[in-house]
Amino acid sequence: MASNKKYWVSVEELKPENSSKVETLKQNEFVNEIPVDQFLGEQSQEDSSATSRRDFLKFVGFSTAAASLAACEGPVKKAIPYVVQPEEIRPGVANYYASTIADGYDFASVLVKTREGRPIFVKNHDKAEVNSSANARVVASVLSMYDTKRVQGPKKDGKDVSWSDLNADVKAKIQQAKAQGKDVVFLTQTFASPSTAKLVSEYSAAVGGVKHVIYDAVSEDAALNAFEAKYGTRAMADYDLSKAEVIVSFDADFIADWQGGGFEGSYAKGRVPSNGKMSRHVQFESNMSLTGANADKRVALTPSQVKIAIAKFYGAMTGVSIGGSLPEAAEEAVKAAAKQVKKAGSKAVVLTGLQDDNAQALALAINESLSSEAFDPSSPLYTRKGNFSSVQSLIKDMNSGKVGVLVMVGVNPLYTLAEAKSFEQGLSKVGTSVVFSMKEDETALKSTYVAAMPHYLESWGDVEIKKGHYSLMQPTIRPLFDTMQFQDALLNWMGNDTSYYEYVKENWTTSILNGSSWNQALHDGVYKNTSAGVTASNEGVVSEGAMNVESAPVVLASGAGDYAVRLAKSSVEGVELMLYTKTGMGDGQQANNPWLQEFPDPITRNTWDNYLTVSKADADAWGFENTLADNGGLDGSYAKITVNGVSATVPVLIQPGQAKGSVGLALGYGKKEGVQEEMQVGVNAYPFYFEGNNVQPVKIEKVSGTHEFASVQMQNTLDGRGDILRETTLEVFNTENAHHWNPQPEVSMMHQEVEADEANLWQEFDTTVGHHFNLSIDLSSCTGCGACVIACHAENNVPVVGKSEIRKFRDMHWLRIDRYYSSEESFEADVEKVEAAPGAISTYHELEDPSANPQVAFQPVMCQHCNHAPCETVCPVAATSHGRQGQNQMIYNRCVGTRYCANNCPYKVRRFNWFLYAENDEFDFHMNNDLGRMVLNPDVVVRSRGVMEKCSMCMQMTQKTILDAKREGRTIEDGEFQTACSAACSTGAMVFGDVNNKESEISKLKEDDRMYHLLGFKGTRPNVIYQVKVRNTEEA
Amino acid sequence: MKKVKHRYSTSKILGLSLALLLAFSTTVFSQEATSEDAASTEQAATSGTDAAGDPANGKKLFNSNCAACHALDKRMTGPALRGVGDKHDKEWLYSWIHNSSALIKAGDADAVAIYEEFNQTQMTAFPQLSEADIDDIIAYTMQPKAEPKQTASTDGGSGSSDGGNSGGINTNIVLGALALGFALMIVMLYVVNQTLRRIAEANGIALSEEKEKRLPIWKAFVQNQFLVIVSVIFLLLVSAYFAYGYFMQVGVDKGYQPVQPIHFSHRIHAGDNGIDCKYCHSSARVSKTSGIPSLNICMNCHKNISEVAEETGTEKHPKEFYDAQIQKLYKAVGWDASTMTYTGETESVKWVRIHNLPDFAYFNHSQHVTVAGVMCQECHGPVEEMEVLEQYAPLTMGWCINCHRETNVKMDGNEYYEEYYGKIHDQLAKKYGKDELTIGDLGGLECGKCHY
Repeated sequence: MASNKKYWVSVEELKPENSSKVETLKQNEFVNEIPVDQFLGEQSQEDSSATSRRDFLKFVGFSTAAASLAACEGPVKKAIPYVVQPEEIRPGVANYYASTIADGYDFASVLVKTREGRPIFVKNHDKAEVNSSANARVVASVLSMYDTKRVQGPKKDGKDVSWSDLNADVKAKIQQAKAQGKDVVFLTQTFASPSTAKLVSEYSAAVGGVKHVIYDAVSEDAALNAFEAKYGTRAMADYDLSKAEVIVSFDADFIADWQGGGFEGSYAKGRVPSNGKMSRHVQFESNMSLTGANADKRVALTPSQVKIAIAKFYGAMTGVSIGGSLPEAAEEAVKAAAKQVKKAGSKAVVLTGLQDDNAQALALAINESLSSEAFDPSSPLYTRKGNFSSVQSLIKDMNSGKVGVLVMVGVNPLYTLAEAKSFEQGLSKVGTSVVFSMKEDETALKSTYVAAMPHYLESWGDVEIKKGHYSLMQPTIRPLFDTMQFQDALLNWMGNDTSYYEYVKENWTTSILNGSSWNQALHDGVYKNTSAGVTASNEGVVSEGAMNVESAPVVLASGAGDYAVRLAKSSVEGVELMLYTKTGMGDGQQANNPWLQEFPDPITRNTWDNYLTVSKADADAWGFENTLADNGGLDGSYAKITVNGVSATVPVLIQPGQAKGSVGLALGYGKKEGVQEEMQVGVNAYPFYFEGNNVQPVKIEKVSGTHEFASVQMQNTLDGRGDILRETTLEVFNTENAHHWNPQPEVSMMHQEVEADEANLWQEFDTTVGHHFNLSIDLSSCTGCGACVIACHAENNVPVVGKSEIRKFRDMHWLRIDRYYSSEESFEADVEKVEAAPGAISTYHELEDPSANPQVAFQPVMCQHCNHAPCETVCPVAATSHGRQGQNQMIYNRCVGTRYCANNCPYKVRRFNWFLYAENDEFDFHMNNDLGRMVLNPDVVVRSRGVMEKCSMCMQMTQKTILDAKREGRTIEDGEFQTACSAACSTGAMVFGDVNNKESEISKLKEDDRMYHLLGFKGTRPNVIYQVKVRNTEEA
Repeated sequence: MKKVKHRYSTSKILGLSLALLLAFSTTVFSQEATSEDAASTEQAATSGTDAAGDPANGKKLFNSNCAACHALDKRMTGPALRGVGDKHDKEWLYSWIHNSSALIKAGDADAVAIYEEFNQTQMTAFPQLSEADIDDIIAYTMQPKAEPKQTASTDGGSGSSDGGNSGGINTNIVLGALALGFALMIVMLYVVNQTLRRIAEANGIALSEEKEKRLPIWKAFVQNQFLVIVSVIFLLLVSAYFAYGYFMQVGVDKGYQPVQPIHFSHRIHAGDNGIDCKYCHSSARVSKTSGIPSLNICMNCHKNISEVAEETGTEKHPKEFYDAQIQKLYKAVGWDASTMTYTGETESVKWVRIHNLPDFAYFNHSQHVTVAGVMCQECHGPVEEMEVLEQYAPLTMGWCINCHRETNVKMDGNEYYEEYYGKIHDQLAKKYGKDELTIGDLGGLECGKCHY
């Protein structure tokens, strides 16, 4: 049945008028031809061309001569040893340090790999219990440290000053402000740090009152308010989704960044069918989110309809009748979900991401009444602390001249506040403003002092991500610039000589460690002590001082029914704009990170942009269109959107699955200050983020112009072969023979049908000796989060090519995550299935537009390392060859760039270096400056122009594991072999290992019923295997 | 000292012959010097001390026991010992050497003073030295300092730094002389020829014989097409051969011997002193790089070795030359030899890298050194004999591959190999028809093992 489905990757594919273009894209590996006719074409063309044949020959002659001359004399290379070599550093051997990222948006325990004292890789910290998974942004954060746009030292009014001057000045100003009876205010990110909280309160006591306002750029106020009202702490409940059998989510993008993120690991555990069971996930949402894409059933509703839906869900649970109207299908879906939740009881959980106190309170009430096992309010998460109302009152105070000194840390309100204008006016009335920042950003430019802040990989700190779960942040490199941490500055202002490191150590030994060893805690990076006294929950409590903020008491009625009634009253007024954060960009802190800019969004597969996501129906009604340019690039119309009198012109992207009547726009783009010109892309959506509410009524009109997208969604298609992605339903999976839902391909040999693997054109490789590597990718647990893509970039020195090159389909990603849409109703076979077993498969409305609510599947594809590789046989210079360990090897220094291999590869995984991407001003990204090049992995070569490159199955990592074992004279445990992608995968979808070790996990996966090869009928015998995706379509 | 090893080979030979010519004088001088040396020691032995001590044995004992911390004329970890017999009486010295700490504890004023002066560094006790031994050592220390001599041996400081260059200067002179000689010969031949002609003319002999009109040889050659073709082919082949040879050595830096910022002699360290390679290049055991030793490694020994022994110096590089190199090290590492402290002012030493593999080739030292047990010399050559280190192996891929083809893997005793290759060892051996497996048999010839 898997092969009966039709998959498509973009709405353009569904348009009949595009068929020829789509066909071209399918047929051609390289969409853009080399413009050879410029110098080889007709005489007339030649005359008009910029490069004549003569010129061309001159160039060739000259460059040949130059190259051979240059080759004769090798450069003199220097080798400079340490004067005193640090004990722990051995050149050529990597060190790992446990640390923690806490930049106010991303909180995670990580392991940092350093080489010769340079951090080069950030990965999951497997030992950590909470937030151990590094998402794409966390993995990419290492490059943000080597950012040329960082502030390199303290500044006053744009001029360099010394730290001693800055500290003395600020100290004096604070005293002066206090003497004048003015306020001293700290406006900071969420630190979730017990030591910082303690330090701030000590400082506050020392100077006689400091107001501490915490501000999250992307607000979780509703969840915090609701939790605070119910449980008394400003925090967020934690969820262990592996314990949930039914997950119902109302606009909660919990696989991405909902409530601080970090839930995908536990979610994915329940998504792999074991013993015939897997979790059921129902999603009601407006934008097509990563979470919605993974749901078993997704219902597209506008934000206000989602509010009604959660109210009705409550009604269906309790039997109370709730008003409000929903489309019939949605109504049914709500009822079905409620029924399933009731049936599952404590094995169910309800999540919501609605920025509405009532909705959040209702979800908490429901989970509590279910006594959901997945729900944990007793040790909540501290990763968001912001309070939008206190930010607003701060702006009022600033404008009334009450604030004497404003110290900002890790925030950029002039970029992230919708009320940036009044903040700016207020800032000019503040006597002295100090901003601790890594960039000379919008806020830094308007502040008196810019205190250059170190990156987290250069800092000390501690974080309490979850109550009782502590983690430490330690520097992994000496600060690159003349920077100082906020906490160190605070200690200085207090006249305290100790460093923040000593302060943290002191605080931990006295109040957190309970007598355990500090060194052990630092080594582990994490420490669990649920009985510790000081918690980060104290943070922000010190808002005493001259003026007490009235913290806008949340009106939360006691009865859950009241919330529901209030929610049900949400009315739909025109089009709703839903602001969201993209997996790659988050809140926009790392906008100057080229890896993240070039990271294709998991859903839209677009790079270097944000855009207005519009449903197909709305786009037709409003006259927006996406067209395919002749070169295959995607073009889109522009829309002018207006919210509350603020407007902007944004490109439109037609997004399948977007709820009709709603549009989406990603935050974090359009940053202008402290960002390199190439990366000043997209439109800033924060000006629409009024009062920290991500849903806004919007007016949309079409404006002229065409926007050029850099989308990778149409390239490297698999030529319509439906067999690429296999999926089935849980019911079929449980009841039918594997042959039915996962047929192994057969070919005809000697007039008999045999399994494709038996027919063999080539001589067999002997793979029984030594190791034989396989990589398994489970499509059921792959959420498409993309951490592996960035990890692959970091490990393998994959170049960044820039927006215009991506548009020409010259992306260099070794690992891509294909996203396929499918819709059941377009297939007779499925309809028959529905008729045969009514209710077994969810039925959408038969004749609906396929793009209205498609099913989504993700499929990571990298080099399949075929045992019978088509690329190897066509290479004229044998630059790609097969290894005994199963790896298809690509030898760059042997490659002459014929590109035959790419043309012959059925998986489209080979990438050609059209240009020299390192040390080339045309590609002014991290490889073009000394600072950025520090992130390069010294064990992997930087490829030159004119060679093919592709996934090596992280040869350098497998070889290192083997060498370590040889050196120590031991055998290799299962799990020791890893690739960058498998190590970065926090959902366990990617498993790598040695299939010659019969006890290994990968050997079992290879024998699994769900196992299949991509295009198995081709007989390429890949060493990458896939596991059939299973959807739980069981309605209650 | 030279960048290209063979560049001056002809001049070297000429220089050598000149050196042979001049050999007489040097032997005369050196004989004089040695005899004088002998005389001075003799004199010292007789006039040395009142007590009967054997300075020769004393020198031996001094070098083996004391020299790590003491020098005769220079303050090191401990004080300079020349004339120590005059400073303290013998009984005191016996007890100090046998157990200095007891003496300090006992509160002996001299002992405490020394202890304080040298940063409270405890001197190792030498109970194994008999009083006679100590007498010998004292006798040795009581020898007067050798006066700078007028002769060649002491003049070495300036003389031999010239000596370093002398080869070059001499060859120039020789070449000049030869050129002059040739010029003279040509002139003489010409003059002789002229004279003979004049005599012949005077005698009326017709010199201009009627030459037979023959085809000039080159015209004959041009007319013979076969010969032309053959010789063109021959020329082409020859030039192709040389061109190929030229291109194949492009980028192959065998024999590369750059001038280093500090003249570090592997001959002295690895050869004369027999220091294990991996004492300094310790990362070779665990890392891909062998590691240029950091300067603190040098200081492990050079804290106490601030100068080389007289006999370490050679004609080309005398003692003063080497001592100057050690001073360079001290400057870089910020070591004040007079106070035996670090000043904290350091500068890095920019060595010129000799072995340069291209970026696309991955090489790991630990694989070869630790796992395979390859001797360093197999690739780096007789480093212990190299005064100036040079690239010994060509480091071409053919050279790597050849070794991987021919070398058998040492599997025994390594659990890794026994687990993954041991069981099928026989089977493989049967398949490949060999008793032993080479690296290539285990996949060591695969491109991707070194290129990624």
